[in-house]
Amino acid sequence: MAQPRSNAFNNIIAQFDEPWKRYAAFAVIVALLLIAPISLGPYATVILTNALLYVVLALGLNVVVGYAGLLDLGYAAFFAVGAYTVGILTHTFGLDFWLTLPFAVGAAMIAGVIIGTPTLRLRSDYLAIVTLGFGEIVRFSARNMEITGGASGISGIQQPWLFGWHINTPFEFYYVFVVLAIIAVIVSVRLQHSRLGRAWLYVRHDEDAAEAMGIDTVRVKLAAYVIGAIFGSISGAFFAVNLGAISPESFSFQQSVLILMAVILGGMGKIPGVILGAFIVVLAPELLRDLGEYRLLLFAVGLLLIMLFRPSGIWPVRGK
Amino acid sequence: MSVFDIFLQQLVNGLVLGSFYALVALGYTMIYGVVKLLNFAHGDVYMVGGFVGFLVLSVVAPMVGPGWTGVAVSMVVAMIAVGFLGVVIQRVAYQPMLNAPRLSILITALAVSLVLQNGVLTLTHGQYQPMGADLGFGGVNLGLLFISYNQMILVGTAAALMIALELFVSRTQYGRAMRAISIDKDMCRLMGINVTAVIAVTFFIGSALAAAAGTMAGAYYGSVWYFMGFLIGIKAFTAAVIGGIGSIPGAMLGGLILGLLESFGTQIPGIGSEWKDVFSFAVLILVLVLKPTGLLGKSEQERM
Repeated sequence: MAQPRSNAFNNIIAQFDEPWKRYAAFAVIVALLLIAPISLGPYATVILTNALLYVVLALGLNVVVGYAGLLDLGYAAFFAVGAYTVGILTHTFGLDFWLTLPFAVGAAMIAGVIIGTPTLRLRSDYLAIVTLGFGEIVRFSARNMEITGGASGISGIQQPWLFGWHINTPFEFYYVFVVLAIIAVIVSVRLQHSRLGRAWLYVRHDEDAAEAMGIDTVRVKLAAYVIGAIFGSISGAFFAVNLGAISPESFSFQQSVLILMAVILGGMGKIPGVILGAFIVVLAPELLRDLGEYRLLLFAVGLLLIMLFRPSGIWPVRGK
Repeated sequence: MSVFDIFLQQLVNGLVLGSFYALVALGYTMIYGVVKLLNFAHGDVYMVGGFVGFLVLSVVAPMVGPGWTGVAVSMVVAMIAVGFLGVVIQRVAYQPMLNAPRLSILITALAVSLVLQNGVLTLTHGQYQPMGADLGFGGVNLGLLFISYNQMILVGTAAALMIALELFVSRTQYGRAMRAISIDKDMCRLMGINVTAVIAVTFFIGSALAAAAGTMAGAYYGSVWYFMGFLIGIKAFTAAVIGGIGSIPGAMLGGLILGLLESFGTQIPGIGSEWKDVFSFAVLILVLVLKPTGLLGKSEQERM
């Protein structure tokens, strides 16, 4: 990987390489997140909640793409699995939201194993297109089945209670997503430095050498895929109770692409980069309202330029 | 209608569908053969082909009429224009990435696909564009079975293109170079083969075939829109995998098999046409589990 050239932007980034500066920056960001809704008002709060949702989703996809180096083009499918599991179980079967979470996680794990096991044995290209197909299948199924409410989806999903506290205003949901994002960051950091994280690094750089060193590459890759699925599913669960209504169109190919862009634009594999990417993907359209339908084209061109001229993203992993 | 009637009619439908799949699958498999790249943008190249055909047809229709002559002219122009588009894509996006990690190449291919898709989306505001081809409804009645002239011409054109390709690959210098490069690119370079030129020719042919399919599909189904390449991209890839990726006869065979499977599969009670796309995807997963090298593919030696 080419060393990032020295310029003003890289110098600013390099400031955060020292741990204490990084922790200080982290504390400042968390503090800013906590006071943001009070100072910015309700509209900005909803947008920021959305950005935090994307942070969780992007960190989950980052485990698959950034850590294990596998391309997943149907990540929205797991997002959908989580949202629909919660939607169906709370709305149709009347279960409590917190009780449905394990089911959402379980469903995503099963889906991940079914898709991952046959494809991860093959070349990584296959996974990309199989996940692309899987994303579409989940959306098709949601649209054509009765239990998922067909094209109109499920509405009237109950907002959850937590120890007698009814989470039902946008502000309360904002703080729920702050907590979720912080948990996602902590889990991502711990995963990266775990034995599994080092195995991913190895597999990403040289799969054959990794296998020769006794790493079960298929299992390691499957672990990444399933962990990514769990992140997606949990995001979907909270997405469902936040909006109160879900429909198949929330989980389209465009959704998968946006999440992937969040991972790549900021810098695959590096947590601050991924968070930055998620905020860019959500906030850019808000700041550039006039663009309208040019938005996706602009993102697409940006993605192409990033891949050609700065393949490791805006905030890349340093000298590996 | 008796069961046999339905069988014959679905056979014809499957052949038409299969011709489209085969033409697009050929591009996947050829490009994969020479650069080992899964060209995600290929479905969108097909879509752009449909749009170029649509534009040319609206220009030439007042001169030669919107019948088969007009469609043929549009198809040829679309093939040439989109063939060059394929070369440009390869030069601009893939050439600089040849030695990059696989993940980066795949993401670049995805980015190209998104640029094409959203470029056309922006230009057309996401609307369906009616193709305006007037192909008539005539046909041959074979007792139990009705085959329209359109279907015959369509399958015939696809077959002619595939035969031409087969001759090109097996008889010409470029075809031989193409096959050699798919075996060992570096050695070919040492042997004095202009690898870059052969790769460009491969992208030209693959994209031109997709454009032919795109124009014919637009004329046959009556309209084009920016997202028409997405599903056929996945399905043509499935076809290429069924036949064995990298194998040219495999792509033709896989396309026909998938077309037939799909048109018969939707007749099975309980699997309605709304599940058609799920069905072909299930086929893809099954093939990958049971025979990942496909019907005519060579088992790939892992590099070490």
